[in-house]
Amino acid sequence: MSAVLEQIFQVGFLAAIIRIATPLAFATLGEMFSERAGVLNLGIEGIMLLSAMTGFTATSLSGSLWLGVLVAVLTGMLMGALHALFTAALGLSQHVCGIGVTLFSSGLAYFLYRLIFGQQSVPPNIKGFETLPIPVLSDIPVLGPAVFNQFSLVYMAMLAIPLAAFVLYRTPWGLSVRMVGENPRAADSAGVSVIATRFQAVILGGALMGLAGAFLSMAQFNAFTFGVVSGRGWVAIALVVFGRWDPWRSAGAALLFAFVDALQLRMQASGLGHIPYEAFLMLPFIFTIVAMAVMSRNAVAPSALLKPFRREER
Amino acid sequence: MFRLEVRTSTPAWFNLALPLLAIGATLVLCSGLIALAGAGVLEAYGVMFTASLGDSYAITETMVRAAPMIFTGLAVAVAFRAKFWNIGAEGQLLAGAVASCFVGAIPMPGPLAMVLMAVAGAAAGAAVALVPATLRVKFKVDDVVSSLLLNSVIYYALMALIEGPWKDTFSGYPISPPIEDSANFPVLLEGTRLHLGVVVALIAAPLIWFLIVRTTLGFRIRVTGENPEAARYGGINVERVLLSTALLSGALAGLAGVGEVGGVHFQVMSDISPGYGYSGIVVAMLARLNPLGVVPAAIFLAAVMTGAEAMSRATGVPAFLSDVIQGTALLAMLVALLFTAYRIRRVGAVR
Repeated sequence: MSAVLEQIFQVGFLAAIIRIATPLAFATLGEMFSERAGVLNLGIEGIMLLSAMTGFTATSLSGSLWLGVLVAVLTGMLMGALHALFTAALGLSQHVCGIGVTLFSSGLAYFLYRLIFGQQSVPPNIKGFETLPIPVLSDIPVLGPAVFNQFSLVYMAMLAIPLAAFVLYRTPWGLSVRMVGENPRAADSAGVSVIATRFQAVILGGALMGLAGAFLSMAQFNAFTFGVVSGRGWVAIALVVFGRWDPWRSAGAALLFAFVDALQLRMQASGLGHIPYEAFLMLPFIFTIVAMAVMSRNAVAPSALLKPFRREER
Repeated sequence: MFRLEVRTSTPAWFNLALPLLAIGATLVLCSGLIALAGAGVLEAYGVMFTASLGDSYAITETMVRAAPMIFTGLAVAVAFRAKFWNIGAEGQLLAGAVASCFVGAIPMPGPLAMVLMAVAGAAAGAAVALVPATLRVKFKVDDVVSSLLLNSVIYYALMALIEGPWKDTFSGYPISPPIEDSANFPVLLEGTRLHLGVVVALIAAPLIWFLIVRTTLGFRIRVTGENPEAARYGGINVERVLLSTALLSGALAGLAGVGEVGGVHFQVMSDISPGYGYSGIVVAMLARLNPLGVVPAAIFLAAVMTGAEAMSRATGVPAFLSDVIQGTALLAMLVALLFTAYRIRRVGAVR
């Protein structure tokens, strides 16, 4: 047991948790904004993949990492706008559109990647982000090197969590988002444009999903592979539910999942795992499904989620 | 001025016109990508067509690929008819594949093995689909998210099997042991891969159509989907109908996995389904949830997939074009469906 505890409190292990949690935190916050406005975005898996690809490509061609991040964010926003067009403006069924956006974006990502880079035996890579120690803070024992000697995108994720909470709960726009997600009819009567607010929330969500994709291909793996996202978008969908549509809780859920994932990787590496690692990877999905059943008594999901808003329908 | 007007009914020719419109729009939109890749649009689509439907061998290959999508398409169509939002056909397919592989590896007379494989696969798929349906009926849990998340659970369960107890001890590859030779589905045409499962898929479509359109259960499924309050008022046990729909839908998706194991791969590996479960959603939407429409819709997607490989070899356009076409077709179809809800009316300037 103490051996396990020692493993857990190693600097490298803590740092790994933070790194695994970062793309999940971005993606989860992105999905949360979208869902709080009443739009389920199942396009997340494909949006992350396409953003990872465009960001990687932009960096690979220009040599600039931040240009790559910008391109990834813009890609996410564009695909968010597409999903919003179908779901918020045209009122089409959100889950089917989301699957459509995922199929379309992943197909496009594969297609363009193969077109630009061809079929190479060794996938091209870039010199990705390097860790950026924060003065003073990174000198704190254990916690310092684990938390404050990270990629700049990690710090952005750390700032994004309180910022998301502030925007959602403390700004007029955040109030509009919550209103159109809970009671679009009332929001409309109060003069809030339901469609415009949903557009904005889904596009903001897309930007965050883009950051998640950028992190994967430009900081974590420094290459684009077809499995670069491998279900992390679906994990984010689960984490939003598990985090009860709250920025803090969702980010906490991302951290918890990252802990389980990092633990699983350690156990695999140390060869002491008698439990198949897949069992750990299944956990967030099973927990979420169970949590949904338990939580269903006190409805916490945005009430207008999955419901299109059409002004003329009364 | 033009105005959108709510439509009260849709003419029957829409069932054919809308998918064709969506597919046409898709091919036009995707021709931009072909041009981007520096190939001739007509040449690329031409190669795609000849390589998938141009000769009898090509047609058999397309049909082999269409079979699992006919099953998943039917699974989704049945579920969506009842407004049971089954996004989990992928996981149900995988469960069906695993169960049938398990049964197929037991030595027994061939025909018996095939029947038991189908039964086990259908039962496994149905069991998986029952989870989101039960959660919805008993706990009011959203079926979209729960059925989607179950896909990942089943996928990891499959991986745990083929990287654990099923792992090939000699090669170390994460693949299951093969099923018994006697359990391999018979090939219907010498020199092709056209197997018995393809025919079963083609028969399943009219059977499911009959079930939906002509039987009491089908009537209940339709009413539950169209108007659950009216269904309840009319004495239909909506919860029970949802559970039955889930069983049927899951069983169909499970059969897709059975066909892949018994007729194509004869074992289970991690990439046994290249997303056939999600393709089923595309197929069902293109078919406007009509079981008979599922067959041509699945053949279309299968032809695109089969033809894309040859197109890529001949023109250098990446074969992933087929994935883009699939996504675009779904989105285009959703937009086209707006014509069933609205009509564009010309309104005079002065009213």
